[in-house]
Amino acid sequence: MAVTAPSRPLKVVYRPPETYLGPTHYCPGCTHGIAHRLVAEVIEEMGLAERTIGIAPVGCAVLAYEYFDFDGVEAAHGRAPAMATGIKRVLPDRVVFTYQGDGDMASIGMGEIIHAAGRGERITVIFINNAIYGMTGGQMAPTTLPGQVTTSSPYGRDPRSQGYPIRMAELLATLDGVAYSVRHSLHDPTHIRKAKKAIRLAFEAQVRDLGFAMVELLSTCPTNWKMTPIEAMNWVRDHMTTVFPLGEYKVHPELRKLRV
Amino acid sequence: MPKRELMKGNEAMAEAAIRAGVEAYFGYPITPQSELLEYMSRRMPQLGRVFLQAESEIAAINMAYGAACTGARVMSSSSGPGVSLMSEGLSYIIGTEVPFVLVDVMRGGPGLGNIAPSQGDYRQVSHAGGHGDTFPIVLAPASVQEAVDLIYQAFDLAEKYRTVVIVLADGSIGQMMEPVALPEYRPLPEKRPDWAVTGEPGRPRRRLTSLYLHPEDEEVVNLRLLKRWRQVEANEVRYRTYYLDDAEYIVVGFGMAGRVALSAVRMAREEGLKVGLFRPVSLRPFPTKELRRLAPKAKAMMVVEMNSGQMLDDVLAAVQGQTPVRFYGRMGGMVPFPDEVLEQIRLLVKEPPTLDEDPRERWIAHMEQMLTPAS
Repeated sequence: MAVTAPSRPLKVVYRPPETYLGPTHYCPGCTHGIAHRLVAEVIEEMGLAERTIGIAPVGCAVLAYEYFDFDGVEAAHGRAPAMATGIKRVLPDRVVFTYQGDGDMASIGMGEIIHAAGRGERITVIFINNAIYGMTGGQMAPTTLPGQVTTSSPYGRDPRSQGYPIRMAELLATLDGVAYSVRHSLHDPTHIRKAKKAIRLAFEAQVRDLGFAMVELLSTCPTNWKMTPIEAMNWVRDHMTTVFPLGEYKVHPELRKLRV
Repeated sequence: MPKRELMKGNEAMAEAAIRAGVEAYFGYPITPQSELLEYMSRRMPQLGRVFLQAESEIAAINMAYGAACTGARVMSSSSGPGVSLMSEGLSYIIGTEVPFVLVDVMRGGPGLGNIAPSQGDYRQVSHAGGHGDTFPIVLAPASVQEAVDLIYQAFDLAEKYRTVVIVLADGSIGQMMEPVALPEYRPLPEKRPDWAVTGEPGRPRRRLTSLYLHPEDEEVVNLRLLKRWRQVEANEVRYRTYYLDDAEYIVVGFGMAGRVALSAVRMAREEGLKVGLFRPVSLRPFPTKELRRLAPKAKAMMVVEMNSGQMLDDVLAAVQGQTPVRFYGRMGGMVPFPDEVLEQIRLLVKEPPTLDEDPRERWIAHMEQMLTPAS
């Protein structure tokens, strides 16, 4: 049957954010693309695109600055919060965010993230936790689950010799400088909608000068997990959320009042 | 004649940076540079500028990197171990082609070493300054006044060549008090350069990175950096000469070792010895051509340093065997006395080296004898 043109203009039900410059280089089933889009949507909805500076990490998102139509810089491994601090201190009226993975933030950059949070830097941090090093080829991360097989924990992560997963949202929530520290997941549409609200609040915390804000997003890495995209989404739901419980670990009272 | 005041080196260097228009300072305490950081912590907030004590030198250099990407005048200061931690950041800053000024107030090493004056970071900053093909400009003062003057110029150089300028002082420059004439306050720049990442509306987005995934692209950047470095080499070689007109023997020393050597050269002149001093001020670019031209006129040269002969290797490369070279140094935080260097000048004249003499051989024998306790 021939396809006929619609007799009236199509209703626009969704338009991708203009500041999101896809397509990206990410693997099929990887949730980086979703996280990027959510950040771009929130920044556009808040009208911040022309005064935002994004800081890309070292890791799979090393080219993140290519995918956002805002000013951007690319940090050394783990040092994005320090770089963000330098930018924000010189330009306090700009919106500054970092986008970091688990190796970048919770391993090599642990010092920088803790101290940026401790100082209450007015920055927003998007933390992609997929329990593995993606770009370097699937090695063990500080967030790798006990027993999880990676290319550098081939017998499964043994906590006795390789330590336990580090829970960043809970850890940062203990610091006085933090206005917002939460963990969400990107494994299904319902959770993606919740994640977007959290990203919104994390930027609201910055523009309202409330303190440091971090959103941890449980994410997939089908390539290095050696799973199909659907298996990977299910693995986040069934395994990651048991070790990394979703929740709001610290929310500034002023953010609680906001309806977003 | 501008008014002169007595100031401690570290504080004078901080004030010089403020007068040069530094807008943001990020640092971490380490002896013997801490007074520079402390001075900044007092003065920068008074002026409405940025001061932040970082949690480490790694954080400090990366804060500076971020601030430098906004086109602001940015600096940090540290000492050897801290500069080691900053090496990665220095390379990123150079690779991103943003200006930055670092003061390294050197201490004794290797390792934790001690807090006494040393010149042990010569190689670390002049021959490294980070991984990859990096070209920091390195300037070495021999007095508090010269440190002030070089820091004042350092920001202009960093901006002109979009690179890192390191002022390489040692613990004695940082710690001693000397009279200094401070330069004028310069107004802060009103406009940001057209590469600066400032998050401003009404223009296409800007990005700054040191990432060039395709080797073909990175090589283009490498060539650009190299060509810019060639301009630095053509325009920015700095050195001072003393009593060279009729000198038959030339002492070469930088920073405090050069200053001690100058006292020794003056004493030698009083004894009628025809000796002069060549003091490199820019260690990178190194005054290679100038030394090469001087070499055939000298019966011999002697390099004096507060390390094991790190600049010696650059002098040997410059001299190209045209004249014999001997080395004298003190290490580990020891500063040579003028009469100690004078004695070496006397020996240089009395028993000149030959071209095939190992420049360090006599010195090592001398050191062994000097450091062996008398039985």
